[in-house]
Amino acid sequence: MSEKKELTCIGCPMGCQMEVTMENGVIRSISGATCKKGEIYAAKEVVDPRRIITSIIPVDGGIYAMAPVKTATDIPKDAIRRCMECLKTIRVGAPVSIGQVIVADLGGTGVALIATRDIPKR
Amino acid sequence: MIEKNLVIIGGGPAGLAAAVAAVDEGERDILILERDAVLGGILNQCIHNGFGLHTFKEELTGPEYSARYVRQVEERKIEAKLDTMVIDLSKERVVTAINETDGLIQIQAKAVILAMGCRERPRGALNIPGARPAGIFSAGTAQRFVNIEGYMPGREIVILGSGDIGLIMARRLTLEGAKVRMVCEIMPYSGGLKRNIVQCLDDYGIPLRLSHTVTKIHGKDRVEGVSVAAVDENRLPIPGTEEFVPCDTLLLSVGLIPENELSRKAGVAISQKTQGAVVDESLETSVPGIFAAGNVLHVHDLVDHVSTEAELAGKNAVRFIRGLDKGPAVVMVETGFGVRYTVPSTIHPAAATSITTIRFRTDNVYKDAYLTVLLDGERVQHLKKRILTPGEMEEVLIPAKWLLTRPGLQKITIRVDKE
Ligand SMILES: Cc1cc2nc3c(=O)[nH]c(=O)nc-3n(C[C@H](O)[C@H](O)[C@H](O)COP(=O)(O)OP(=O)(O)OC[C@H]3O[C@@H](n4cnc5c(N)ncnc54)[C@H](O)[C@@H]3O)c2cc1C
Ligand code: SF4
Repeated sequence: MSEKKELTCIGCPMGCQMEVTMENGVIRSISGATCKKGEIYAAKEVVDPRRIITSIIPVDGGIYAMAPVKTATDIPKDAIRRCMECLKTIRVGAPVSIGQVIVADLGGTGVALIATRDIPKR
Repeated sequence: MIEKNLVIIGGGPAGLAAAVAAVDEGERDILILERDAVLGGILNQCIHNGFGLHTFKEELTGPEYSARYVRQVEERKIEAKLDTMVIDLSKERVVTAINETDGLIQIQAKAVILAMGCRERPRGALNIPGARPAGIFSAGTAQRFVNIEGYMPGREIVILGSGDIGLIMARRLTLEGAKVRMVCEIMPYSGGLKRNIVQCLDDYGIPLRLSHTVTKIHGKDRVEGVSVAAVDENRLPIPGTEEFVPCDTLLLSVGLIPENELSRKAGVAISQKTQGAVVDESLETSVPGIFAAGNVLHVHDLVDHVSTEAELAGKNAVRFIRGLDKGPAVVMVETGFGVRYTVPSTIHPAAATSITTIRFRTDNVYKDAYLTVLLDGERVQHLKKRILTPGEMEEVLIPAKWLLTRPGLQKITIRVDKE
């Protein structure tokens, strides 16, 4: 079964519109890329798109009400919603330190959630 | 009056990098003045990733990037006064500031570095008809609400302007559960990075309406919706294309302006094009001993460039304090076809480092064009560029030997050639 996917390259401001043709989950062809960088991006993006997620969580007793956090590495794009739901249930107490692991495995992705700023005690 | 060798106004990425570079150049008598309660500047509220790829070869969030510089400042035991607002600067380099513990303070500085950053263009500059109901925010204000205070500005949102802050906020608000109806951009292209269009809009199915603007804001106490219309090539709304879009919040991401009230007080010449100071290769302004770097000089899209630029200002301020002479010869940097501005706008060949970086922006999108550099009309560079866009800062590198082998050189021209 063949399938076509359209995507925009983020490699440079050209933003080439590319079309990837897949057959049974295998890439058959990539068109529209002006350079090699685009093809490499497209190949990764259609098979395994991943993103780093950043957000905030509430802090009790800190000088700020919220602490910024990020996933330690990128997570699969289709796990983003699930992870954002998990995030809503998390609170921490001050002090928070930059790099601190807040959750070891966020939403079953195997990826940790870490703090990105020091939040000292109030 | 207190005396200091170097006073840095603003403790954002520019001020911090300038301070670190000045210490590394051998200067110890430095004071940073910051009006906020913490160092780090605007990046503290930019919690997304994508910072520092050039400087640290890894992808950091805004607070992490700032923290690296704050640590370097602390390691060097550089003095910083927080919660301290600079209210005046004279051309004799007397800095006047206020804070709660010291009251009013005056400092005579041998050199000053302006690092006050930029602020967002307010709605007033736009003139959208309609009442002024609650629910209209600049994108940066909304960013502070959401990311620092944990407060959502609204549930159904339209964003006007597709600059990076607007795009980033479209994603942030969506992830936090709001519905971003669309991003309208009056220009036929977005000023934001491609990566942000894909990862902040396309990823979440948020439409980007190019050549569209908001023509009216509806609602009396709270925004109830906006009218959106297509615009013609003169950016005027096309009658009959108006459409009502319900929303409770309008975010404006319509550009940044360098924060130069203090610079003007000191008599620093300001460029009409950048709204920042006019500077030479050492980033010295028209007032001797006053330097500028970062967003107060010209609006940057990558903080990495802010840091490198500020390091240069830090080093050169130290050279000024030591009485280094730049020599009498001055070469003008001229903007040719397609180039909106350059920083710097003059170069002293005798003081130029082995490579002088000239940063600039084009005035339009050019595809398959050439970037040309002329020295008094002689073509020394003709570089093919697949694309040049106003949204991405460009640079050309001027080797010192180009300058030194041409005594009497009058001007360097940077321009875009179609062939
Ligand atoms: C809302 C907003 C969002 C942004 N988001 C991004 C982004 O996502 N990615 C990116 O690369 N860039 C972003 N930028 C650009 C960003 O500003 C620069 O990358 C970088 O932070 C510029 O550093 P700076 O030190 O020049 O300015 P700033 O970080 O703005 O620092 C200036 C500092 O000077 C202080 N100050 C100003 N006036 C005075 C005074 N009179 N007295 C004492 N202190 C003073 C301010 O409090 C501030 O701390 C954003 C800018 C804004 C305005
Ligand atoms: S394919 Fe190459 S030219 Fe096209 S956007 Fe990607 S990096 Fe740029």
